[in-house]
Amino acid sequence: MTEPALLSVEGVSVDLPTPRGNLRAVDQVDLSIGAGRTLGIVGESGCGKTMLSRAILQLLPKKAKLSGRVMFDGQDLVHLEPERLRKLRGRSLAVVFQDPMTSLNPVLTIGTQLIETLQEHLELDGQAARMRSVELLAAVGIPAPEQRLMQYPHQLSGGMRQRVAIAIALSCEPKLLIADEPTTALDVTIQAQILDLLAREQRRRHMAMIIITHDLGVVAGRTDEVAVMYAGRVVERAPTPDLFKKMHMPYTEALLAAIPKIDARPHTPLPAISGRPPDPTRPTTGCSFAPRCRYAWAQCHGEKPRLEEAGSPGHQFACFRPINTAAGVPA
Amino acid sequence: MLGFFARRLLYLVPVLLAVSLLTFLIASLLPGDLAYTILGDQATPEKVAALRHDMGLDQPIWWRYLSWLGHVLQGDFGRSFRTGQTVLQAVAERLPVSLELMLLAQLGALAIGIPLAIACAVRSGSAFDRFMTGSAFSMLSVPAFLSAILLIYLFAVELRWLPATGYVPFHEDPIGNLRSFLLPALTLALGEWPVLMRVLRSDMIATLQEDYIAMARAKGLKPSRILLVHALKPSSLTLVTVTGINIGRLIGGTVIVESIFALPGIGRLLLSAIFTRDLIILQGVVLIVALGYVLINFIVDMLYAVLDPRIRHGHA
Amino acid sequence: MATLDLGIDQDVVASPVRRARRLGPLFWIAIGWMTFVFALAAFADLLPLPSPFDMDMLERRAPISAEHWLGTDGLGRDVLSRLIYGARISLIVGLCAPVIGLTIGGALGILAGYFRGRFETLVVGSMDVLLAFPPLILALAVTAYLGQSLVNLTAILGVLGIPAFMRVARATTLTLAQREFVIAAQALGANHMRILLRELLPNVFLPLFAFFLLGVAVTIVVEGALSFLGLGVPPPISSWGIMIGEGRESLEIAPRLAFIPAVTMFLTVLSFNLVGDTLRALTDPRQGAL
Repeated sequence: MTEPALLSVEGVSVDLPTPRGNLRAVDQVDLSIGAGRTLGIVGESGCGKTMLSRAILQLLPKKAKLSGRVMFDGQDLVHLEPERLRKLRGRSLAVVFQDPMTSLNPVLTIGTQLIETLQEHLELDGQAARMRSVELLAAVGIPAPEQRLMQYPHQLSGGMRQRVAIAIALSCEPKLLIADEPTTALDVTIQAQILDLLAREQRRRHMAMIIITHDLGVVAGRTDEVAVMYAGRVVERAPTPDLFKKMHMPYTEALLAAIPKIDARPHTPLPAISGRPPDPTRPTTGCSFAPRCRYAWAQCHGEKPRLEEAGSPGHQFACFRPINTAAGVPA
Repeated sequence: MLGFFARRLLYLVPVLLAVSLLTFLIASLLPGDLAYTILGDQATPEKVAALRHDMGLDQPIWWRYLSWLGHVLQGDFGRSFRTGQTVLQAVAERLPVSLELMLLAQLGALAIGIPLAIACAVRSGSAFDRFMTGSAFSMLSVPAFLSAILLIYLFAVELRWLPATGYVPFHEDPIGNLRSFLLPALTLALGEWPVLMRVLRSDMIATLQEDYIAMARAKGLKPSRILLVHALKPSSLTLVTVTGINIGRLIGGTVIVESIFALPGIGRLLLSAIFTRDLIILQGVVLIVALGYVLINFIVDMLYAVLDPRIRHGHA
Repeated sequence: MATLDLGIDQDVVASPVRRARRLGPLFWIAIGWMTFVFALAAFADLLPLPSPFDMDMLERRAPISAEHWLGTDGLGRDVLSRLIYGARISLIVGLCAPVIGLTIGGALGILAGYFRGRFETLVVGSMDVLLAFPPLILALAVTAYLGQSLVNLTAILGVLGIPAFMRVARATTLTLAQREFVIAAQALGANHMRILLRELLPNVFLPLFAFFLLGVAVTIVVEGALSFLGLGVPPPISSWGIMIGEGRESLEIAPRLAFIPAVTMFLTVLSFNLVGDTLRALTDPRQGAL
């Protein structure tokens, strides 16, 4: 990438104080995304991907400590004064949260929640804001958008609510949209629709998008680049086609194996990843995946592997025992 | 909405009937004969018997209740045997004073309680929050008659800013009227705000952790809008209920405050009826106050439904 | 927060710590004050106090002296002595009335919460009727008919407390009835009596007791208010409310006559509130403290 990135996350860590001690939710993460590109962040729940998205948005819990830099459009969001940060949020930096059941305010109408965003950032009068809201709702595939403006979130289905949330996020033509597990809380039949909607709108509006998910299948055909997170760190990062062709990190392989195959024979046991993610309040000396990794050897337990580029250009991974490399697959 | 409204309204009927029965029983079953009370201890038995017959006191109790209820349903709550005034007249005369007092007190309590609750919720756990929570807790232990005395001592005796007692009708002198209501209303508000503040504070802290608040912040809304629209509205449901429940306390407080500050309201009417053993007035006032209280609670329930669209649409 | 997958329910983890800390010095100071007032009231007759009724017209509103530690009131009666004998009234009414509420309301609440059905509807309905009256109004009206006496006052305030105790007991029982140990007892074939007495009562009692302490605070306040209005215990018995009411007459010349009983009452009510609230937070089964 020669052009300057739209968003670059540089050495970001997030620490949460808990009664059991300090919890490092995000550990020295570096990421970047160019304008109009799509980045997928993948990992199981608890790997820190949501914390990372909150860190980018500066929406961390009050007690959380953030270090590092989040450069967006030439500004460091971490040290930006609140008023200027506020003007960015919703305007050029938008987000769609995981659960549309909780992310819309239950006591305000859909119209209010759309129009307030428009009027906050664009100089629109009430009539114009209404018109635009109707267009937006129609654009995200909501039937009878005029009537919806008057309704409350609970009167809509989950899929419809997520469409409303997407309409809100798209309302001010943001440069970057962060979709944090946008389909996890939805019925399977709705999931593809919502993902296609996001992809379509992204292309139409030329915005950059970060899709956060636990499902490698979600990012497969829809992203330019994928970052795999484990225990707060990025463990593998590659252009999407490259990653699926030749993944190097055993964890990525395990994640892919954990997706149920539609063509599997009936009663095939689901290949779950054995063991549990490490306790993030107890720092480990070696690779944090080592205890669950079937390829791990002594070095993996004693030393932390660094995220380094190897093999093909743009493909980074943090592993001493990479798979699919010229050095040969570990026995 | 209509179904909800109708169900609640239907439930009121047995409650109101039972309230009227209880009011009647308190006045009728307890010792002390109304005829003796009216005529005095020296009355001859014949005179007492004649009066009892005139008043229908020799009838069986269920008959007396039904005939009393019949009159009440026609708006006839009886007539004071001391002043000759009907209960309704007496109440109508005093009601505006009590209502003004309660309204001002409630507004005062909300004006103190809501901003403090928001300020505490935003900085929950801070020194300010702990101090205010502690103060609110202590204030809960200060009954109305204590704060009344404190306020009188401070503003009327020491500073001499405000009158300690006395009442100026609104149509004669609006400013003087408000001045005469200031200390009584403040007294009641001092007892109310801690309750409102505690409830709103804890609801608000919970609300501020909701996803839709994070969403509102991610939308780049102004902090004031996030707090006052996105957080306050969903947090105010319990506040409304508590306001309703507290009206009972407020009515009790009104009696005390009206007595201390010499305001001619319902509370004073009730007290003077007790001291002069004007039992018809007493019975009527208790019934009317209870009816009013039940209706206010009903209105509060309805308000709750208006505030929470989920209840309105039967998703409760 | 569903999306904060690393949140690890911080509040849930942190709360036992905070609760343990709440039993701090304030709690024990409150216990100390309650004990102190209780002891003084109980042993008032043994203390070398002047009679609370002896009037001394030459010594009206006398300042604090060796003879009258807190001075004398408008009729020349010893303030300290009246304060201590007044504590008796406040504590007798304040402790006995909630016992009535605790017993009757608690029993009704447990039965209603356990048996549900028509009995519950009846209990809740009749409590709604009692709650339809503003409490102080009902207390005033009933005292007016019954006449003023310590027993009447206690009985009325006790009855007024029944609905509140009933609600607490019922709510707690409803929560507990779904807990494993009750369901297990039912599955083992325990009869109603056994479940009520052995399983439910001990567990409902603690929250009820915490609520009882708060009830004491409320009752002391209401008794004070009634006495203040001249409708509580009949004179010449002294009570904090009566003393405050009398002191109000001389706010300009001797404000301490109102403020001494006022502060005493405030501290006592605050202590009961503090201890009650602490115990309530500790024993509320809905917060998983049991």
